[in-house]
Amino acid sequence: MAKRIGIFVCHCGINIAGVVDVERVAKEMASYPGVAFSTTYQYMCSEPGQNLIRQKIEEENLDAVVIAACSPSMHEETFRNVCGEYFNPHMCEMANIREQCSWVHDSEEATEKAFKVLKATVEKLRGNEDLEPIFVPVEKRCLVIGGGIAGIQAALDIADAGHEVILVEKEPSIGGRMAQLSETFPTLDCSQCILTPKMVAVARHPNIKLMAYSEVIDISGYVGNFNVKILKKPRYVDEDKCTVCGDCEDVCPAIVPNEFDMSKKARKAIYIPFPQAVPSTYTIDREACLGLAPLACAQCKEACEADAINYDMQPEIVEEKVGAIIVATGYDLYDKERLVEYGYGEDDDIITSLEFERMLSASGPTGGKIIKPSTGEEPKKVVFIQCAGSRDRKHMPYCSSICCMYTAKHAMLYKHAVHDGEAYIFYIDIRATGKDYEEFIARVMEEERINYIRGKVAKIYREGDKIVVWGVDTLTGKKVEIKADMVVLAMAVIGREETRDIAKLLKVAVGEGNFLKESHPKLKPVEALSRGIYFAGCAQGPKDIPATVAQASAAASKVLAMFSRDKLEKDPMVAVVDEEHCSGCGICISVCPYGAMQRQPNGKAKCIEALCEGCGTCAAACPSNNIEMKNYSDSQIKRMVEVVI
Amino acid sequence: MKKKIAMYWGAGCGGCDVSLLGIHEKLLDVLEKADIVFWPCATDFKYEDLEKMEDGEIDIAFYNGAIRTEENEKIAKLLRKKSKILVAYGSCATEGCVIGLANLYDRDEIFNAVYLDNETTPNEKKIIPQGMEKEGIELPEFLPSLKTLEQVVKVDAAIPGCPPPSPVLEEALNALLEGRTEFGKEVALCDECPRKDTKPDKIEIERFYRWHEKEDDGSCFLAQGMICMGPATRAGCGGECTSAGIPCTGCMGPVPKVENQGIAMLSAIASIIEDMDEEKERAVMESIKDMVGTFYKFSTAKLLPYGRFKDES
Ligand SMILES: Cc1cc2nc3c(=O)[nH]c(=O)nc-3n(C[C@H](O)[C@H](O)[C@H](O)COP(=O)(O)OP(=O)(O)OC[C@H]3O[C@@H](n4cnc5c(N)ncnc54)[C@H](O)[C@@H]3O)c2cc1C
Repeated sequence: MAKRIGIFVCHCGINIAGVVDVERVAKEMASYPGVAFSTTYQYMCSEPGQNLIRQKIEEENLDAVVIAACSPSMHEETFRNVCGEYFNPHMCEMANIREQCSWVHDSEEATEKAFKVLKATVEKLRGNEDLEPIFVPVEKRCLVIGGGIAGIQAALDIADAGHEVILVEKEPSIGGRMAQLSETFPTLDCSQCILTPKMVAVARHPNIKLMAYSEVIDISGYVGNFNVKILKKPRYVDEDKCTVCGDCEDVCPAIVPNEFDMSKKARKAIYIPFPQAVPSTYTIDREACLGLAPLACAQCKEACEADAINYDMQPEIVEEKVGAIIVATGYDLYDKERLVEYGYGEDDDIITSLEFERMLSASGPTGGKIIKPSTGEEPKKVVFIQCAGSRDRKHMPYCSSICCMYTAKHAMLYKHAVHDGEAYIFYIDIRATGKDYEEFIARVMEEERINYIRGKVAKIYREGDKIVVWGVDTLTGKKVEIKADMVVLAMAVIGREETRDIAKLLKVAVGEGNFLKESHPKLKPVEALSRGIYFAGCAQGPKDIPATVAQASAAASKVLAMFSRDKLEKDPMVAVVDEEHCSGCGICISVCPYGAMQRQPNGKAKCIEALCEGCGTCAAACPSNNIEMKNYSDSQIKRMVEVVI
Repeated sequence: MKKKIAMYWGAGCGGCDVSLLGIHEKLLDVLEKADIVFWPCATDFKYEDLEKMEDGEIDIAFYNGAIRTEENEKIAKLLRKKSKILVAYGSCATEGCVIGLANLYDRDEIFNAVYLDNETTPNEKKIIPQGMEKEGIELPEFLPSLKTLEQVVKVDAAIPGCPPPSPVLEEALNALLEGRTEFGKEVALCDECPRKDTKPDKIEIERFYRWHEKEDDGSCFLAQGMICMGPATRAGCGGECTSAGIPCTGCMGPVPKVENQGIAMLSAIASIIEDMDEEKERAVMESIKDMVGTFYKFSTAKLLPYGRFKDES
């Protein structure tokens, strides 16, 4: 227990001393019980200030120190490091007399409050114990969930640094949405062409264990030590044997829509979603196949010279141990059916942006030809509607951030294909904040002679073979009526529904639009609140490919920083459960935002120290008053309150 | 030597007296070790007999019921004088229990409700039975507020429960006859609740249901959205109510480490409401009918010994 406490009151220039009577505070606190020494200094955090602490600890034989200065979030580490040279750093506490004191009160009040804050801090310190840091071992393997460009990039970065990665993708192939795109703004390079090398690199990388057509079904453990269960769905085709000759596909009699082409093109029950798929193998769609059970058809098996087809393949559960997890489960478009005002779903000629993207793609359902779906003719007038479901209180209130750019791209590519065509774009604002984006928009507007109309669409309806789009041009105040051949909706970007399931498994938060909630919107944009879990790509929020790739590399670098050490060190200010008196009611487990409170086999709660951030929520919620925070015990808090009131 | 024991019935429903009989043949074991010297409900002793005893003559006196009348108070003080160990028996004596909710109202409000405004009580002469005397029998005065035993005299031990469940009672009697005044479990009810294993990993509540509003699926009541006081209530009953399909209402009081059972449960409840906007959150909390009756059903008098502070404005 602290017996000789030293108090150092910081002037912080005039920040504190201009309001609080620091000299009086230091003088009077010198005689407070337990206090052996007290002084003031201009800037405690400066090098001379720190030296003053060192000098006085030695001269006055101090065994604990209170620094009355700014918020502990600013300088606690600084002062604990100084004190740690002499005694346990947890015998150093900060009394915040700036942010919640000198900055917000007038002189007299502030001085009074400074006394109270200091007394309470001294009382707390007198109840403090020496704490030793907690060390957690690290399993230097990373799980990446989602094989879109985000997951691919993160996996490659970590694997290149020499660590093993398990990349789990639920679809038969990695690639995600980027594989579906035609050309990419602002440079218009072919999406598939820049993506394929990365997909191949994943397939070849000795450090990447690719598990496509698989799903994560269970996650337990904590930072550095996660246990993951992955379900490998049966493909009924041996990945290693399949040569992708296509003989099976030729003979397969079952035909269904291809999801990869937004169901605008057909595929067989045995299929490869697109030619560049990785892993390069066929997959049998269980639902569509005639032969699986009962054995009614076995034409593919008969046709397969490589003998790769195995109807008896079973689902397999693989268990893996990893130290870090990156969630890169990507995005979906807002459900078209919900935009009743645009009449989508009822009309073949009103399509979504992703459907248009497939239409533009050379490998897409139309071989890159732009057609009016209902007739197959070339559409001469196309209306593009931005913010379809975005920036709309009735749907998604946020900006989907990529639609302005890809709509411009769509209009441009349309004009390149249909020279005499007319393109109209309804927009609210043009948001083109990326590098070279504004220039791209300007080029589209000027060179392509696209009709940009600022305003919202009021109504869409069919009239004969045309679709009539009604709106108001808010710049001229005039009503606009366009009789179009085709309408393309730039649907709101939302997080995938599956992200919610993954988030549940990981006990991380999901916000509006199914997007993962980061730990801090500015300073920790790729970190989950729970340690060891990171986010990348559109799973965290709508973004374009450059931002996705940058975020993926950021997440990878966080993982690599963690893997650069054999053990993680962590602040020992954690919760302690009195197990004997725990009833196992589960309240703490339910409220812990970090997943640190876990149920033991005997039903009682236990704090996983590696995960605990010391927030104290559990201690406050426990209805048996059975959880205490280290160095924030009830008796300490009671003493603190007593001296304050 | 056999111990001398006494039992008194203060302001209460009588369930406590019955609970003592409810331990059946175990009562015979008690009677082997102790003689009953005073138990108005079951034996023919009078107040005079009690008054005639030496101070401290009774080894263990049990007081059940709360203190609502002058008479209750007088006997509490008398029993205190005559006994070595005075035990608060049951929830009324310990915390005030359901009748302690009367402390939310003052005496006039209570009398008006009971004797004057109550449609099923014809009272043409508007009689309020106070300060009355007939043939030498006096009606005891109704005190301004209801008190627990401890608020009137020093208490040595307490047996919780409304009424004390048999296992709790048996343990307490054994301990007291051996001279121990500390007994009972120190964990909360969930520990012994038969529904314990059905608790999900995360309890998240999107709305509250009253008991009759939802079909019980046999799992943890709280996880089903029904308020169960189990997490904030002392164990001992073995989950009598929860195994009978009724959420715990908290009659055993808080665990020893907790002062205020209602606050403990409220802060737990407030923390497990699903992430939602403030307005919705408020609506969820407001869907709890009768906050005091839910969270302070048994402990209102303990926390409000002088009744509610009146808003004078
Ligand atoms: C119409 C349109 C045009 C666009 N054009 C451009 C453009 O020109 N230029 C540009 O920069 N950006 C463009 N974008 C944006 C671009 O598509 C995204 O930035 C990028 O695809 C995001 O990649 P991602 O990896 O985060 O997500 P995704 O591509 O969605 O990948 C997520 C992957 O995770 C998988 N997955 C999901 N859940 C699970 C699970 N539970 N388990 C395992 N796997 C799972 C999915 O199957 C998918 O493969 C466009 C977007 C749209 C809608």
